[in-house]
Amino acid sequence: MLELRHISYSVTEAGTEQAILRDISVTIPDGRLVVFTGPNGGGKTTLAKIIMGLATPTKGQILYNGQDITALSITERARLGISYGFQQPPRFKGITVRDLLTVASGDEALSKDKCCRYLTQVGLCANDYLDREVDASLSGGEVKRIEIATLLARGSELMIFDEPEAGIDLWSFARLTETFEDIHRTHSATMIVISHQERIIRLADEIIVVGGGELRYRGSAEEVLPKIMADTLGSCPVLTRREAELP
Amino acid sequence: MINEIDQALLEKIAGLVGKPVDALNIRKDGGCEARQSTEHIKIDPRTDGREGIDIRILDGTKGEKCYIPVVIGKSGYAETVYNDFYIGENCDVEIVAGCGIHNSGCDEARHDGVHTFHVGKNSHVRYAEKHYGEGSGEGTNIMNPQTVVYLEEGASIQMETVQIRGIDSTKRYTKIVCGKGAEALITERLLTHGRQLAESDMEILLDGEDSKGRVISRSVAQDESRQVFRPIVVGNDKCFGHVQCDSIIMGSAKIESVPAITANSTEAQLIHEAAIGKIAGDQLLKLQTLGLTEEEAEDRILKGFLA
Repeated sequence: MLELRHISYSVTEAGTEQAILRDISVTIPDGRLVVFTGPNGGGKTTLAKIIMGLATPTKGQILYNGQDITALSITERARLGISYGFQQPPRFKGITVRDLLTVASGDEALSKDKCCRYLTQVGLCANDYLDREVDASLSGGEVKRIEIATLLARGSELMIFDEPEAGIDLWSFARLTETFEDIHRTHSATMIVISHQERIIRLADEIIVVGGGELRYRGSAEEVLPKIMADTLGSCPVLTRREAELP
Repeated sequence: MINEIDQALLEKIAGLVGKPVDALNIRKDGGCEARQSTEHIKIDPRTDGREGIDIRILDGTKGEKCYIPVVIGKSGYAETVYNDFYIGENCDVEIVAGCGIHNSGCDEARHDGVHTFHVGKNSHVRYAEKHYGEGSGEGTNIMNPQTVVYLEEGASIQMETVQIRGIDSTKRYTKIVCGKGAEALITERLLTHGRQLAESDMEILLDGEDSKGRVISRSVAQDESRQVFRPIVVGNDKCFGHVQCDSIIMGSAKIESVPAITANSTEAQLIHEAAIGKIAGDQLLKLQTLGLTEEEAEDRILKGFLA
């Protein structure tokens, strides 16, 4: 179980403190699929990074399976069973897809069959990709799918995906949602997915809408989707104000 | 006499374990420890009074290997060795050179190997050269290899040079002259640390029509070490040349990379790329999310980069 208690995060720019997250508390039980959604710049990625240890909260506490992990490093959290799929994964000169999957699995003798299974789950063929370097020769969508495959190879209890659909074609996206459904159905992992895709939102047990650094609202897809739609309309405060000032 | 230290060095620089059936010449501290010719590959001492050997490979020799490693175990020993290779036509051979120094004294140990290859028509040569130094003493290990290759029509060379740690100073010079349809591929891997210095000058002369030259250099400079690269490709006819230098800089190291391309023909197509940078932060973070510590992540990135 993951518990975020009163998480705040702020940065200081040109001497002014700017709050990115304000007092967020969430509990995510095991085996759940939770989607973080909300407007760009609202704080979703920062919140996810705080769980992985990629960002340190200014205030608050993170508990994982009852253990306070707030002060633990990224490596320590990874070894406790948390993994993170980056929105824009890095590329590596000289490191092959097989190397990355091997590191991720922690099994130095990771078989081709297993690699093939992970790659198939993200819509890639092992024969075409296993020995390719994860460098600039791969497209953004390919690197993204390899990134997701590393999380599958890692087999963590808590998987965090930051916009897994970004840059992925429709066919691979369909395959990816099936993979999320499978993991969810078998309760083999807890998943936090940052996403704007209705199809992924509809898979979730719970949707958490983060905006303006706050937890706006949470609930099932049926409860939250109409609110998101309502929020989308007339969303420019300046225009709304000007219109109101017109005679 | 080859002792255990020499054995370990031979394995490191040439992958030699035991005595192979291939052509072989092992040089230790200026002496000949082993020499073995085969039916198609003849190794003889030079006849011009200089130190070194002549290697003659008969026309049509295919799938054979030739090992010519050098080990130095004496502190204070310095040598310049001249090895000439005469490779016939239509061959496909592999030559494994390399030098290992075990310097446990306080004096300088130096090996300057000057290799000249004459590669006959339509022959293909793979040439591997690993340099490695070790030893508990304060003496410095120095290697200044010079490699000059003449490729005749349709000939090709795939040259791999590796120097990972242990060599305090190296000044490398490589020159390859490509005839008609000839092709040269050079891959260079280098890691310096401490206060080491490495300089690498390269000249690829694409003289013949449809010749090709490619240089892929990857290096890592750690601590206070310094590296200087000057790869030059000259296109004198219809040809293709590509130089790619990538370096990772760490600690307070310094790297200078000066690739140059010169076209003396309107049909020459030449490209150079050079990049120097530290290990990207997001690469380290990604590997940490996969359970590696920061140090393990750094090692993994360097290992891949230099593979």
